[in-house]
Amino acid sequence: MTFLEALALPFLQRALAAGVLIAVGTGLLGVFVVQRRLSFLGDGLAHAAFGGMGIGAFTIVATGLVGSGLALLRDPIWIAVPFSLLAAYGIYALRRRTDLSSDTAIGIAFAVTVALGVMFFSLIPPDANLGVSLMDLLFGSILGVRADDLAVIALVTALAAAVMAVNWGRLAYATFDEELARADGVDTARLELVLYLLAAVVIAVSAVVVGVILMAAYLVIPAATARLLARTLAQMTALTVVLGVVATVAGLAASFLLDVPSGSTIVLVQALIFAAAATARRRGREPLRSS
Amino acid sequence: MIHFHGVTVRFSEATVLEDVTFDLPAGRFLAIVGPNGGGKSTLVKVALGLVRPLRGHAALFGDRAGAHPERIGYVPQLKTFDRTFPATALELVVTGLRGSWPARVGREERERALAALDRVGAASLADRQLARLSGGELQRAFLARALVRRPELVLLDEPATGVDFLVEHDLHDLLEAYRRECAAEGRCATVVMITHDMAAARFHADTVLVLNRRLMAFGPPDEVLESEKLRLAFGHRRHEHPVAP
Repeated sequence: MTFLEALALPFLQRALAAGVLIAVGTGLLGVFVVQRRLSFLGDGLAHAAFGGMGIGAFTIVATGLVGSGLALLRDPIWIAVPFSLLAAYGIYALRRRTDLSSDTAIGIAFAVTVALGVMFFSLIPPDANLGVSLMDLLFGSILGVRADDLAVIALVTALAAAVMAVNWGRLAYATFDEELARADGVDTARLELVLYLLAAVVIAVSAVVVGVILMAAYLVIPAATARLLARTLAQMTALTVVLGVVATVAGLAASFLLDVPSGSTIVLVQALIFAAAATARRRGREPLRSS
Repeated sequence: MIHFHGVTVRFSEATVLEDVTFDLPAGRFLAIVGPNGGGKSTLVKVALGLVRPLRGHAALFGDRAGAHPERIGYVPQLKTFDRTFPATALELVVTGLRGSWPARVGREERERALAALDRVGAASLADRQLARLSGGELQRAFLARALVRRPELVLLDEPATGVDFLVEHDLHDLLEAYRRECAAEGRCATVVMITHDMAAARFHADTVLVLNRRLMAFGPPDEVLESEKLRLAFGHRRHEHPVAP
């Protein structure tokens, strides 16, 4: 069976749609994550989502919702999202109200949320059937995306696109030079909070599909590749989304043909494109000025 | 135009500005001089509304500081912006028109930005990436960005830092030309510039403010830039370099 023929299969259609939507959502955010040197934020928030999933899974088991008919409430994502939002706000507040740098604030949130996740997952009885395994959470299960997962991902991607459409110009200005943007009346602190909270939602929802460990790759590699090729931030944004989508489609096709895990194949395709772009950049461009 | 009354600014435990009071009428060229760490940049940031005083108040155009960013053209220190940011000089100038970063530059905006770049002798830089510009070229691009909105007040934070003598000379000429142009249109353009160049302050400014946490002197250059007041501000005698016979 070829990949095109396999696309008739509903599970592959859902996987492709979910991957493309996540590439769009993370791509729009990734531009600012890379340009603001916040690459560690993807890791931190993905692991916060892991902590939230642990608390969510434990809550579902402890409250007896596992066996109930309330399908949506049985998904730990509904606790993982607010938990990730809380972690994102914590990182923001630590950075803004103390002298701590972003990576230190993210590192603290990373460690605390992973510890919470491990602790709460360990409290769940081994025979409890949540429909999602710890391995799925860590490494992703894009081929196992359900219709309701897809609906949530579509909703979150639409939210990310809308927020970015409204705030892109001011966010870009604040990313270029926060002081200059503030002098022009841009509320840079509010925009930073918006970026962190939006990243928390997109990452929490996407981490279930892509996997906590591979989540940061989606956020960073396409944007870093686009940074090597683009001359303007608008070009970088468009290119990030396109490269993310291309890597997702190519990665899914390769994983289907080679019978290897989808999430890791997508990330490796992203890395291959990055390597090609870095090589092209080295050959084709004069060095940047250092001062 | 600029009114400071008893402005005191404190960061953590350190007092950066203390009881600074002065009035600058419209149309003046004010040079702010003083030692490093004397609060010069903080004073400009208070005027921009970026830093809120602990005590006292700052007003511009008869309103609170920061209320009218569109009437101010600000040239920051070059070190503050992200040099890896993918952007062209033209896009930077357009931020002066929009107050946000352009995803797409319209035809009218492009024409106005090109005219501003041309005014500062940098039209050829329009489509060049900022990361590939020299310090002097960047300073011209930032000046074009400040002037493109035809501001009533131009604030420059050490614009001569990292640029050679010729660029610094051009910068002063461009500011003088802008002021003359505004005067010809019946408008007053005020310039406030932080500088370490006493000769430039004496030659170009009509008012000098000497600052070392407190306001040490404020007035015409001939009165203010005499050695005793500078000695008090800088805390030591200037190095004299006698001309060899």
